[in-house]
Amino acid sequence: MKSILQKTLLSLSLTTLLFTSSYAIADDYLIDKEGTHASIQFKISHLGYSWLLGRFNDFDGRFSYDEKNPDKAKIEVNINTKSVDSNHAERDKHLRGSDFLDVKQFPDAKFVSTHYKENTDGTATLTGNFTLHGITKEIVINVTKVGAGNDPWGGYRRGFEGKTRIALKDYGITKDLGPASTELELLLNIEGIKQ
Amino acid sequence: MLRNTQTSFGWLSQALHWSMALLLSGLFVMGLYMTSLNYYDPWYHSLPWWHKSFGLLTFFLLLIRTIWTLLNSHPKSPSTHKTWEKNLARAMQKLFYALIFLIALSGYLFATAKGKGIEFFNGFVIPAPSQTIEENYVDLIANAHEIMAILLAILVVLHALAALKHHLIDKDQTLTRMLGNKPRI
Repeated sequence: MKSILQKTLLSLSLTTLLFTSSYAIADDYLIDKEGTHASIQFKISHLGYSWLLGRFNDFDGRFSYDEKNPDKAKIEVNINTKSVDSNHAERDKHLRGSDFLDVKQFPDAKFVSTHYKENTDGTATLTGNFTLHGITKEIVINVTKVGAGNDPWGGYRRGFEGKTRIALKDYGITKDLGPASTELELLLNIEGIKQ
Repeated sequence: MLRNTQTSFGWLSQALHWSMALLLSGLFVMGLYMTSLNYYDPWYHSLPWWHKSFGLLTFFLLLIRTIWTLLNSHPKSPSTHKTWEKNLARAMQKLFYALIFLIALSGYLFATAKGKGIEFFNGFVIPAPSQTIEENYVDLIANAHEIMAILLAILVVLHALAALKHHLIDKDQTLTRMLGNKPRI
């Protein structure tokens, strides 16, 4: 179901990664979309009384990471916005519509990192440009390194957890959900398989 | 009389006709209004619930009406009706039934797209189809629901205008056949 544009973008970013990795020794990882060992969730207040969680079911991306030089790490993730899923048919339809994501006009959301800074305690700060609803803004993601190592099937995997907050109006989503629901938290769980 | 006669519709046909006229008009207005409500409106959740229940009711009435129409003969058209009018009226009746069926079906499909059934008032739940529907199709079906409803509303207005024209200008029995049950010549 991928558009030609998406495919072209993906192959372009693949080419870029190939070229950049020819001088850096960083390992390249493909986010495990196939086995869905990765998720992009959002958490938003419902009226201020509870939390609503939803997710994007379809996204792909890659990252590069070198243990000897972690601050050179890079990540790029593309999200298919129409895959938004809050486990409610009518709400999802509403979220896809022009009040929220407007997926017809903005079929993709995207994060491209610009800077990664690792701390000594296993946490890190990931800065990058997040494009949503046609608007690109710099965001900072608080990252926790989860682990890395061989998997039982002959591969090598590495995983991170990330959290950040975005304001809906920063991305031109002005639908009024009440004062408690102007921001949402993005909960990111990423596992990559070394290529 | 329960059944249709040569000159008039029976009371069941009339009851089905007018109750569906009322239900469909209500559903149309409700559909337009409820989708325009903001999140904090007290009716934001209740109106769609009523819309679905009344929509299901309309669908059940349509099934009964289709069967009843097939079991009954159609009253003879007044002699003033021209052939093209008779043909058009018959085509319109089929189109009405088909449109109402498709509007109900599309409503059911997009409301149940994620596998959740629809409540029929507080009575029982109409289960969702076993297959969930892909997002693109859900949006397409939802748009079709709205467009078909608007089309139906336009046709209903034309239908009412045509009935009034027969009653007021042609002064024939087209409308009165559907009103009351007095024997007519």
